[in-house]
Amino acid sequence: MLMKKPDPIPSSEITPHALYVSRRKFLAGVAGLVGAAAVPGAVWAHGRRDGLPVQQAFQDATDELGDELTPWEDVTSYNNFYEFGTGKEDPARYAGEFRTRPWTVKIEGHVNKPGDYALDDLLRPHTIEDRIYRLRCVEAWSMVIPWRGFALADLIKRVEPTGSAKYVEFRTLLDPEQMPGQRRPILDWPYVEGLRMDEAMHPLTLLATGLYGRDLPNQNGAPLRLVVPWKYGFKSAKSIVSIRFVEEQPINSWQAANAREYGFYSNVNPEVDHPRWSQGRERRIGEFRRRPTLMFNGYADEVGHLYAGMDLAKRY
Amino acid sequence: MGVGETAMTSSAVHERTARPAVTAATTRKRQVRALKLAVWVAGLAPLAWLLFRALTDDLGANPIEEITHRTGDWSLRILLAALAVTPLRRITGWNQVIQVRRLVGLFAFFWVCLHFLTYIVLDQFFGWSYIVEDVMERPYITAGFTAFVLLIPLAVTSTKGWIRRLGRRWTRLHKLVYAAGLLGVIHYLWITRADDRAPLVYGAILLVLLAFRVPWRRLRGRS
Repeated sequence: MLMKKPDPIPSSEITPHALYVSRRKFLAGVAGLVGAAAVPGAVWAHGRRDGLPVQQAFQDATDELGDELTPWEDVTSYNNFYEFGTGKEDPARYAGEFRTRPWTVKIEGHVNKPGDYALDDLLRPHTIEDRIYRLRCVEAWSMVIPWRGFALADLIKRVEPTGSAKYVEFRTLLDPEQMPGQRRPILDWPYVEGLRMDEAMHPLTLLATGLYGRDLPNQNGAPLRLVVPWKYGFKSAKSIVSIRFVEEQPINSWQAANAREYGFYSNVNPEVDHPRWSQGRERRIGEFRRRPTLMFNGYADEVGHLYAGMDLAKRY
Repeated sequence: MGVGETAMTSSAVHERTARPAVTAATTRKRQVRALKLAVWVAGLAPLAWLLFRALTDDLGANPIEEITHRTGDWSLRILLAALAVTPLRRITGWNQVIQVRRLVGLFAFFWVCLHFLTYIVLDQFFGWSYIVEDVMERPYITAGFTAFVLLIPLAVTSTKGWIRRLGRRWTRLHKLVYAAGLLGVIHYLWITRADDRAPLVYGAILLVLLAFRVPWRRLRGRS
């Protein structure tokens, strides 16, 4: 929405919209397998989703490719946030009581203005804006989400990293009492993610505080999360308590857990498969047929130059 | 077999009736019928529940994934249930239970078929080139697909006619179910990302059930 694309993807490369069948048609499809009784149920179910007041301001909004937004209900009920459990519904189920105030973000490392920033102080100078991004999970599903937040670059300029700052490392809160998923060593808690400085400074990289015009629901990484739309979803650290400027490339949690399957860069790339499944296609939440995955999740024009000359099959 | 034993116990219970033997047989028949009904209900109830959830749009944001996962769960559970019949009979001496083993096994196959069809129709929508690529190149799919293929001859030869025709070879052929069970657990294990508790629980149960098949006494006698 915000980003203007100089040359949009040729329409020949976009799979015709009609090929993608909506949830309604999916349910009707199930009905075909079962019997006619399904149709009223499906129609009723669909009506229930459209009526949500939270979505009304975004009724006709699309991303810059013309893709519809993923419904609020899906965005807030289908989450990978292992701190609250490994099931997709776990975060929505267990993050309800999560305390996001008071919240402090530590700015540390090679930076001229380090310190513990109360969230409100951290946010105050920045203008919060809405941005519609595609989110592509490494598990081959995707959404279109109207985030609200501000460019990470603006914060970075404000805290003045020194010449030694080559990477930025993000840490999620460690609090097993509030985050039941952290009571088991599924990953090496706390969750760590990282970006190269030029990736962190890229205008697309967002520090999000909300979605659909509201504050972030807890299950989506409240109160402050990263959104890096051209990378797989796990790069976008949630519930951030530390932003550290470092000289060495950070070892992100998924890389630490399984370096063969998850690298540092984790750019969306249909050409480089996950060792166990294809990344060539994805299921957009709410659609029936899989659709082709776009290079850098459709942001190749904006970010392709960051990786010029890099072997993306090796630096995955 | 121990059938006579059970019959005697039953007739002892019914010794005051006029025709103890017949009554015992009737009771047994009734028990088997009730058992079969229970298997039918248990085998179809999860499907009814899944359909109800589909019709009320209660399958979450990614219904196809949910259907895939649930049909996979029930495939493994019912396959383990089929493998539990013989140990259960041996431990409890409850001989009638053997009479529903075939039905439980067929329900396992039924759920594996549902799981497979979910993948072919809903997930890939007959994208044969992708399906072939998956089966050839994705080890977890290769494992799952092999398990499915192994179960086909078992389902086909589950009839009385085939049992008679194959004789002792039938028993040997049906040992394939052990391989199918192992492949099913491996299939699950290989698709999990970080949290492998569920497949490990299935795996542990499977290993216990398979341990019953090992002729320990004979092995010990040999050493």
